[in-house]
Amino acid sequence: MSEDTTKTMNMIEAINSALDVMLGQDPDVVIMGEDVGYFGGVFRATAGLQKKHGKTRVFDTPISECGIIGVGVGMAAYGLRPVPEIQFADYIYPGLDQLVSEAARMRYRSANDFICPMTVRSPFGGGIFGGQTHSQSPESLFTHVCGIKTVIPATPYDAKGLLIAAIEDNDPVVFFEPKRIYNGPFTGYYDRPVEPWSKHEGSAVPEGYYRIELGKAAVVREGQAVTVLTYGTMVHVVKAVVAEHGIDAEIIDLRTLLPLDIETIEASVKKTGRCMVVHEATRTSGFGAELSAQVQERCFYHLEAPIERVTGFDTPYPHSLEWAYFPGPVRLARAFDKIMKD
Amino acid sequence: MGQHNQDNLAPLHLHVPEPKFRPGDKADFSDIVVPEVDAVARPDEHVAPAEIHPLAYGLVRVLGDDNNASGSWNPGLSADTLRLMLRKMLMLRAFDDRMFRAQRQGKTSFYMKSFGEEATSVATTMALHRDDMCFPSYRQQGILITRDYPLVDMMNQIYSNRGDRLKGRQLPIMYSAKDYGFFSISGNLTTQYPQAVGWAMASASRADTRIAAVWCGDGSTAEGDFHSALTFAAVYNAPVIFQVVNNQWAISSFSGFAGSERTTFAARAIGYGIAGLRVDGNDALAVYAAMQWAANRARTNNGPTLIEYFTYRGEGHSTSDDPSAYRAAEEYALWPLGDPVERLKAHLIALGEWSDAQHEALVAELSDEVKAKQKEAEQNGILGHGLHHPFETMFEDVFEEMPAHLKEQCAQMLEEQRDKFGPEWEAR
Repeated sequence: MSEDTTKTMNMIEAINSALDVMLGQDPDVVIMGEDVGYFGGVFRATAGLQKKHGKTRVFDTPISECGIIGVGVGMAAYGLRPVPEIQFADYIYPGLDQLVSEAARMRYRSANDFICPMTVRSPFGGGIFGGQTHSQSPESLFTHVCGIKTVIPATPYDAKGLLIAAIEDNDPVVFFEPKRIYNGPFTGYYDRPVEPWSKHEGSAVPEGYYRIELGKAAVVREGQAVTVLTYGTMVHVVKAVVAEHGIDAEIIDLRTLLPLDIETIEASVKKTGRCMVVHEATRTSGFGAELSAQVQERCFYHLEAPIERVTGFDTPYPHSLEWAYFPGPVRLARAFDKIMKD
Repeated sequence: MGQHNQDNLAPLHLHVPEPKFRPGDKADFSDIVVPEVDAVARPDEHVAPAEIHPLAYGLVRVLGDDNNASGSWNPGLSADTLRLMLRKMLMLRAFDDRMFRAQRQGKTSFYMKSFGEEATSVATTMALHRDDMCFPSYRQQGILITRDYPLVDMMNQIYSNRGDRLKGRQLPIMYSAKDYGFFSISGNLTTQYPQAVGWAMASASRADTRIAAVWCGDGSTAEGDFHSALTFAAVYNAPVIFQVVNNQWAISSFSGFAGSERTTFAARAIGYGIAGLRVDGNDALAVYAAMQWAANRARTNNGPTLIEYFTYRGEGHSTSDDPSAYRAAEEYALWPLGDPVERLKAHLIALGEWSDAQHEALVAELSDEVKAKQKEAEQNGILGHGLHHPFETMFEDVFEEMPAHLKEQCAQMLEEQRDKFGPEWEAR
């Protein structure tokens, strides 16, 4: 298959298409998770795949994340390429030991005797009134673990290409899908109507196979005044705020958090002399802390202002006060004012 | 706190289990019921799990007090096979003794013996096919010995030396040997349980013929992974054999802390609707027979089995603990199910197929072999004496391809070594 037939897809459809393509071309690919089979997943990411590829390739599992990920590790040891779904990132913790102590270390501890080519997909992030158990952004727990790659797409096109690359990768990948932008590029202006993906260039998705290499960031807006490092939903929020306020920002969508494309980051910050780090996850020990440290290690003498972090607050995700928690347009505008002042 | 207690209600109290005997006590195992051989007969291999609940509470036995094999579980092994089994168990014992001593001599950091439980790794492996996949815990080195894995490679791993196939990365005894159907050992307990199920599910989904066997201890049945694994295996009818080596002790915690005061470990199977067997773990023939029964079931799509081997950990948990600090001194000598090596030896002698003289000669032969292999392995170095894998291997295999940040850190580490050892260091 080639890239030439392109279709407008939202992020769910793009993910579904990636899974469909990989199930079709690699008999080792297996999809499992809670409600992913007949029903097609609570977010519909696996809709139609069981019917098309069969029950032994796409199947429901018991409600046991430890079991899902542990079984995935065993399937990978056999030689399969499992793609388990964890229904919400908030549910991943019972499977954490299997990811951190087992999947991530298998190649190292066995000196290449056994490997774990497993991609754990999971919807993450808030802004959907999901409360504290359906809204979390736990990515920095995984970037802290050696042996796991962490990938977060921000458009349907990237979601498909990155997911295919993740499935083909011979190491374990945690693939977090920003569920707030499954159906449209949410801008953070929650009181305005949400645009559908069809009005966004990132929704033009080839129907066949293509891949986007892991570890490569994308410069989604070129600019001279300040570099903004972000990923997932926040890419679109930052774009909207920058447009609203006429800021000449260079926006970098990291796409892969680990391995990190530090070269692209370094070149941009050295050009603009300012750096803002934006994520929805809680602030303390968040991935922004790592970005901030690496930028000052490499670009300290180019910086004209302190690195600014714009994040969620260090509280559980509140249900009713979601928009006071979310790092939306107001918090971003204040941060831009501050970083551009010096 | 107390004021919440209403006067007319009896106070609640918390039960914290306590083993029957502690240091200074005289152990007395007269309450352990050792049933007659064939008290629980061997059912058809296609039996429904619901029909064999008594097998989860009884004790499968083949070797009687007279050292003869009898009953429906008797696997009818040839004298040659029995001698091979004895040889492997004795080799395991000789290897353990030698490596335990090597740790005491400061040649490595850590060791774990399987004294008293040799049948649960040797006889089980002999009942499996060579290409069935084993997911061991940390005390099943008998699998490797039974499958003729090179002893020198085991020792290289224990010494973390330059010959170590695992590049000196793992704690001693955490072997990995895919070619021998031996999964990489984790230090985290019972993580191998769901992994074995996943492997077995993959085998079934590929219409393969190989099955998986997995081991854990009594203590670690309390891990969530154990229960996730049994659920998945039951749900998908996975061709996997779960084994609990109930050696009574998890470091210093007796099996009561995993629930043994109320029921058997084999009985865990009943709630999951899978077959459960409780077996005399010191009767190598019973262990073999149980594994063979379970393997035949798994191989014919009759699903998973949980086997509990009732045995006793004859020595400490590892080189890092002293069992005299937490349990009665004479427990192993008084253990009502005896010693697995002695019982198999006595059986062969009763058959007229073995003698004390032959036994002594074999023990000496194996001891010499282990000593020779040890000398060979030590040519590759012992822990902490320079002969390790190159420094840069520390950064290899974190990922298939080394990412930029690890290359940077690797360069930093090599500069540190230059600072430490001087410019001639690289030439070495």
